[in-house]
Amino acid sequence: MLTPLPWKLTDDLSIWTQMWPWTPVPEDGEVTYEKSVCTLCPGGCGIKVRKVGNRAVKIEGMDGHPVNEGGVCLLGVSGLQFLYGPTRVKTPLMRVGERGSGKWKSISWTEAIGQIADKLNALRDSEQAHTVACISGAGRGTVSALLERFLSAYGSPNFLSASTYHDAYRLALKLTQGADAGAGFDFENSDYVLSFGAGLFDGWGAPVRMLKTNAIWQESGTTFVQVEPRLSNTAAKADQWVPIEPGTEAALALGIAHVMIKERIYNREFVNGRTFGFDDWKDENGRKRKGFKRMVLDGYSPETVAGITGIEPQTIVALAKGFAAAKKPLAVFGRGQGLTPGGMNEFMAVQALNALAGSINAKGGVASVADAGYIDWPALNADPVAAAGLATPRIDGAGSEEFPLVGSLINRFAAAVDAGKDYPINVLMVAGANPLFTLPDSKLVKRAVDKIPFLVSFSSYMDETAAYADLILPNHVYLERYEDVPTPFGMTKPVVGLSKPVVSPLYNTRNTGDVVLSLAQAMGGPVADAFPWEDYKTCLRQSLGNRWNDLVENGFALDRYYKMRMNGNGRSFDTPSKKFEFFGGGSASPEYRALKVEGDESSYKLVLVPYTFLRLASGAIGNPPFVTKAVDDTVLKGNDVVVEVNPKTARSLKLREGKDAILSTPRGEVTVKVHLYEGIKPGVIAMPTGLGHQAYDEYLADKGANINELIGPVVDPASGLDAAWGIRAKLSKA
Amino acid sequence: MKKEHPKAKKFGMAIDLDKCTGCGACMVACMAENNVPFKKDETNKLDSITWLRVYKLDNGKAYPDTEICYLPRPCQHCGGVGDHGHSPCVSVCPATATDYSMETGIVSQIYTRCFGCRYCMAACPYHARYFNWWDPVWPEGMEKYLSPNVSPRMRGVVEKCSFCFHRYQQAKNEAYLNGERRVAEEAYQTACTQACPAGAIVFGDLNNPQHQVHQIVRPDTKNGNKSRNPRAFRLLERTGTNTKVYYLSSREWVRRAGDNYLAHEKTGQVSKPHH
Repeated sequence: MLTPLPWKLTDDLSIWTQMWPWTPVPEDGEVTYEKSVCTLCPGGCGIKVRKVGNRAVKIEGMDGHPVNEGGVCLLGVSGLQFLYGPTRVKTPLMRVGERGSGKWKSISWTEAIGQIADKLNALRDSEQAHTVACISGAGRGTVSALLERFLSAYGSPNFLSASTYHDAYRLALKLTQGADAGAGFDFENSDYVLSFGAGLFDGWGAPVRMLKTNAIWQESGTTFVQVEPRLSNTAAKADQWVPIEPGTEAALALGIAHVMIKERIYNREFVNGRTFGFDDWKDENGRKRKGFKRMVLDGYSPETVAGITGIEPQTIVALAKGFAAAKKPLAVFGRGQGLTPGGMNEFMAVQALNALAGSINAKGGVASVADAGYIDWPALNADPVAAAGLATPRIDGAGSEEFPLVGSLINRFAAAVDAGKDYPINVLMVAGANPLFTLPDSKLVKRAVDKIPFLVSFSSYMDETAAYADLILPNHVYLERYEDVPTPFGMTKPVVGLSKPVVSPLYNTRNTGDVVLSLAQAMGGPVADAFPWEDYKTCLRQSLGNRWNDLVENGFALDRYYKMRMNGNGRSFDTPSKKFEFFGGGSASPEYRALKVEGDESSYKLVLVPYTFLRLASGAIGNPPFVTKAVDDTVLKGNDVVVEVNPKTARSLKLREGKDAILSTPRGEVTVKVHLYEGIKPGVIAMPTGLGHQAYDEYLADKGANINELIGPVVDPASGLDAAWGIRAKLSKA
Repeated sequence: MKKEHPKAKKFGMAIDLDKCTGCGACMVACMAENNVPFKKDETNKLDSITWLRVYKLDNGKAYPDTEICYLPRPCQHCGGVGDHGHSPCVSVCPATATDYSMETGIVSQIYTRCFGCRYCMAACPYHARYFNWWDPVWPEGMEKYLSPNVSPRMRGVVEKCSFCFHRYQQAKNEAYLNGERRVAEEAYQTACTQACPAGAIVFGDLNNPQHQVHQIVRPDTKNGNKSRNPRAFRLLERTGTNTKVYYLSSREWVRRAGDNYLAHEKTGQVSKPHH
């Protein structure tokens, strides 16, 4: 090595073969920051977007925002890959080939809106207004409210929104506390948190706020116990992970209640003074009912509960003692991110624990948080056609005699359309949702959609539903549009956010709010009359009223005078008894009910449970390339989804690490790879939610399998919401 | 006469693994900040370029005693024994494409000098370096979000975490323009530190007692910069790489996972410099 020649030659060679004109040289320019709010999930984080000239180059967290205080999640950081990505729908598209064949014709907005207006007017004129349905992913905020108003003015009761655990919590609060409010969890101030399956650090609630909460707990020494069959990222941060037989969380809650009542370590002041139904009681028909105390003491001894949950009796006793001894204990129910709401009894059983501990509307507990309530529009005057349409029972059965408590049951929609018993659905409009990917039992959903002659998508991206639609009216991406962001789930005070344009729209897209207004105008008559606003921004500005300036300046607005609803000072609950009602007036019960999932145990010996975590977007929006890149190879390997199996179970099935296997359930069958994981209960298989997209771009399509192909909805008898926690399954060598 | 010379800086990190939830925000914030490309299939983690990768560790115990812990791994910015800049990669680079800055303690990577021999990758004990086997390709339109502060790399060169050195340059310029002598702690922060929702990453000058990172780590300069914090450890500390990324964990098995300990060996021992 005395001569530098080899190095010089290598150097020259590399220089001459590396300098290609296609390596991009990003253009420089003036750097500015724009504040906005992220709407990629309902978490509502404040963001600031770095711009160079008129290009957006980076998304960062907004300092001082009440939800995320400068932090961000990986999906939020990747937002520009949606904005500039190849999955965008750039102009209104009309299907010209077979459904889903990808053959489109670009049309003008006037033509697109005209087409729908004609179709809708024809249906309305022939008294079929009720056969038009709309699915709104958010179910909240002004755009969703405009769509709902449109449907009402038009004459259809069939407005649906994606139901989550938040709807179930709302209902639980309504039943037990009479509150028409969201559930707010004062995690930051709690000293003992007992979570029944809620994926607190896996994307539950406002995800970034929850990740910050973990840091707070690490410093404050808050005890955190996570109950779930899988060692999730949430369980990994817990002081104690309690693996449980899936679907038996309510039984454990009642077992803990049993110990608390038996050992008299519950909050007597709250229970005696401010609850109803603890002792035996009479319902409104004068029928004698068993009280919570007797129900729990009779049926849920630690030994009995151990038999149901697979948790040792002494563990149950210890959990009860720890929970009761804490100053500000808090119990929370959920399943991962809470995409599947869960059974009403499960929420009520866990709320009962909070009542026993006196943690209802208390510091460090769970409070009812009033809606910001800014959507206060003039009441609708339904014309006779609309009135007749609205009088028709909803296709999903929500609000019927069977399910009087809820307003929308998207989990029953596909089956109802497929059965076509009462009436067909002729038009389905989908905004901010991707039902063809997110609804359980993909085959059924596809069958149902095939029976709907006209499918309209408002998606910004070519997702599964848009790809199968007859007409796409693309929305602006969130970085190009105005939109309000209602209080994120679980927050203890109302926080209203405003998403606003950070860059000018790149393509021929339109805000869905404006499209609804234009559509109403095009239809004319009573439908047009229902919308007094010139454009969406005017509507939004008027609705937000004096919050507007704060929102434009800061991106968020807090109600300065809002106080968390607290106990004491003679404040009562809004129930008929003016107390916390263990049985919600008798229409529901915290009693444990073994919810059997599909499949017979002899042929399907295992149980499949879905799991959710932050590195896989599991809702309407699919992973952008950066986020998929951050997915571990124990979740996705090549194009195969990897499922977690306990090594003991794998041994009995003669399966080895990394090997292919066939996973089948009564609803479907997919090929998977096997990952041996000691963090999963033997006999249980865990599969991630969010893979198996068919649409989007080559960075996401055809990767892994969609768990919805394997799982079906299970109707909760009390609420009608989806209570499925899994399905029976078998796994065999490929 | 005593003349005041500003002491050399030594930028480093303390990552609290108790606070880390493995959410991955740091990984992606790093990719977005540094124009890191992506391919159609990124599941082969050996060729998946992640300047900062979050590893999942487990305690090796069977169900139900299993525990897991996430560990984010940026470039460790080894100073070598005595902080003389003999980091494993710098020592082997024949092209001076990677260098140790005595001013900041940052191990640099100069792409246009690199000719892709990958000696540094073989030398790096932390798998912190990645080779560009292909030219990066952004789908049409997506190159619009590329930042002008970091040059996109080309096929045939090695790349790695720079502690967002461009942010230091910007902060220095800004301080100069504002007539300030020094760069404030908050004025220079890496993209991962800024993004971390849990505040698990603390970044700053290990030589500056005012900086939070110094206060957490309390480096023992007489003992190879070993931390005086009982929760702290470094990766492969006993090899003498003298890294500037410190990890904190309250769990003994996690601290043990930081090095190859024999059964009878205790954690927290640092070997003496051997020359």
